Amino acid sequence: MSFDSSAPADAGPRERPRLRKFAYRGDPLAEPPPPELSEIISRHRGERDGLITVLEEIQRRFGYLGERQLRYVARDLGFPLARIYGVVTFYNWFLLTPPGLHQVKVCRGTACHVNGSALILDRLIAELAIGVDETTPDGRLTLQTVACVGACSLAAVVVVGSDTYGRMSPEEALRTLAALPGGDGDSG
Amino acid sequence: MRPATLRVGMSTCGLAAGAGAAHRALTREIALRELPLRLEGTGCLGACHREPLVEVLDGAGAVLYGPITEEAVGPLLDHLSGAGAPVPEDRVVSRRGDRSDYPFLGRQQKLTTQLCGVIDPHSLDAYLAHGGYEALRQARRTPPEQVVEAVKASRLRGRGGAGFPTGAKWEISRAQRRRPKYVVCNADEGDPGAFMDRTLIEGDPHRVIEGMLIGAWATGATGAYVYIRAEYPLAVAALQEAIGQARELGVVGRDVFGTGTPFEIVVKEGAGAFVCGEETALMRSIEGHRGMPTMRPPYPSEHGLWGHPTTINNVETFAAVPSIMLEGPGWFAAMGTERCGGTKAFALAGAIERSGLVEVPMGMTLREMVYEIGGGCRGGRAFKAVQLGGPSGGCVPAGLLDTRIDYEDLRATGAIMGSGGMVVADETNCMVDLARFFLAFTQDESCGKCVPCRVGARKMLDLLTAATQGRAAPGDLRRLESLCRTVEAASLCGLGQTAPNPVRTTLRYFPEEYAAHMEERRCPAGVCPMSGGQEAA
Repeated sequence: MSFDSSAPADAGPRERPRLRKFAYRGDPLAEPPPPELSEIISRHRGERDGLITVLEEIQRRFGYLGERQLRYVARDLGFPLARIYGVVTFYNWFLLTPPGLHQVKVCRGTACHVNGSALILDRLIAELAIGVDETTPDGRLTLQTVACVGACSLAAVVVVGSDTYGRMSPEEALRTLAALPGGDGDSG
Repeated sequence: MRPATLRVGMSTCGLAAGAGAAHRALTREIALRELPLRLEGTGCLGACHREPLVEVLDGAGAVLYGPITEEAVGPLLDHLSGAGAPVPEDRVVSRRGDRSDYPFLGRQQKLTTQLCGVIDPHSLDAYLAHGGYEALRQARRTPPEQVVEAVKASRLRGRGGAGFPTGAKWEISRAQRRRPKYVVCNADEGDPGAFMDRTLIEGDPHRVIEGMLIGAWATGATGAYVYIRAEYPLAVAALQEAIGQARELGVVGRDVFGTGTPFEIVVKEGAGAFVCGEETALMRSIEGHRGMPTMRPPYPSEHGLWGHPTTINNVETFAAVPSIMLEGPGWFAAMGTERCGGTKAFALAGAIERSGLVEVPMGMTLREMVYEIGGGCRGGRAFKAVQLGGPSGGCVPAGLLDTRIDYEDLRATGAIMGSGGMVVADETNCMVDLARFFLAFTQDESCGKCVPCRVGARKMLDLLTAATQGRAAPGDLRRLESLCRTVEAASLCGLGQTAPNPVRTTLRYFPEEYAAHMEERRCPAGVCPMSGGQEAA
């Protein structure tokens, strides 16, 4: 998150009488939040334990947690923005940047490790030319790892969106990704 | 042909193996051919290695078929309608109702998972038809003190891994004067390689709810939380649906059993932090904070959520309670060992022939588990070790396979009972690499609050990474052992205190592998890169 603190450093003599240290560009939250966000916020208003639930619902709805959305949550539910940021960065599940069309999660559980999930991950990193938690330049795939999805009998497991693919090998994983919709099939 | 019911296992493991497509194909084909067959979705029967599973019940018997993938649906229906050739034997799991012809299932004793894979988890009527909520009614006719006494007499111990006697925990909560009190079900099954809680909630969610409600009655709690991983979307949905049904039944909601008292169960989804399985961190997370553990004592039973008495038990612990109420504590205690009653569910996985969910009485040996139930190592390879308890546990080598499954007996080997993850390693697995894998996990999941865990785990990981890359320095082994002692003794919570366990047990049972890595710079199993750090591990 970036805070807008661009002071008018090169202000000419004409602007000197201004006492304001930060340029006023209007209240970014003057507009009411979009109705979908407002609905989530108002449903949890007054819940002292509601913060994580609210953030989870926003991420389910919008795919990630944007700065503006977090500012609305802070203002309307009364949680300090710093606390919200602390919670968001503590839990692996939250995203601060928009993910790609498909979120590809390579399971790194014990059974998957014993069945070669490290090889799958290395191969995907090499073929997609992105690191973990990064998105391909075309915005098609985001590569992630997950601690364990509990489908250990089908190790190694790769999760794409809400679908779980079992008994994967590096080649099989690449074929699965190539077959996903929203691509020309060979760019992977 | 005879009318029959077809049950398809539709939990996460089944779906990953293609049960969704098989179910769609069955629906289509049955309608097309106008067969007198009824199709039901059900939970996981446990035999995950044969998924997708289809069970055919026609009044005369129960035949279990698997794997029945989409392509196998046509031939199966041909056979059932008497038109086609019999289903090939390699797709028949068991022909007997008691499964005695398939040791993976026949050797088990199902108690908490008895209805998983038997009933439709979306149907409250199915649970009620199997005596559901009868235990709760019975418990509510009994004074709470007697319920606590019954749980104590059953020798039920916490199934999350630590093994604290459940009855004693409930007694402490019961004695607290502060109101309100809470009950929390810990379904944050974070150990990689464990899926007992997921299977249980996906397959029989009402049993867990019933256990929680009995716990609430016994301790005097007026509200409950279930803390469950967001990585288990199917289990979350099953639980929420079941709570809705329980509300309609009148056992949860504004007016419980017509007594005018409210009781709500709130589902809280964890957002991916392993440390939140630790009970103090879990409570912080429920309260909406970063999940950082706090010092114990005070224990949650005295000072829990928002400072109120809170009884925290694992999914499996709660699921065992209804049977104790119905069958009596003596029956439950008789199943286990002298120190611990009942059964324990394990997630058997890794390099094993038959993997899946296994529930056995306490006291069974690991050998029976690995060879008779699990069928030995995959591809006839040599068994090396079985890893219990995930990143907080340890491994048991071949020489100690006659150890009984019991909290104290397992602890004597250096491993722990743990939550139930049981991963088998064979000769192709490197134990130093396995230790490094677990440490990489704990290091990544350390919350960073206390120094021994935050820095110590990192230093241990660096030493192990160096060893697996063939650039260990002289004296590294001694440094590793010393760090194990420090991190174990000085960490704040269970995550750090148990983090050295995978290293300690592999050091104890496989010192020759460490020597090979650190002195000869070679990996006997050929797993580690040993490139002197030229490429990333």
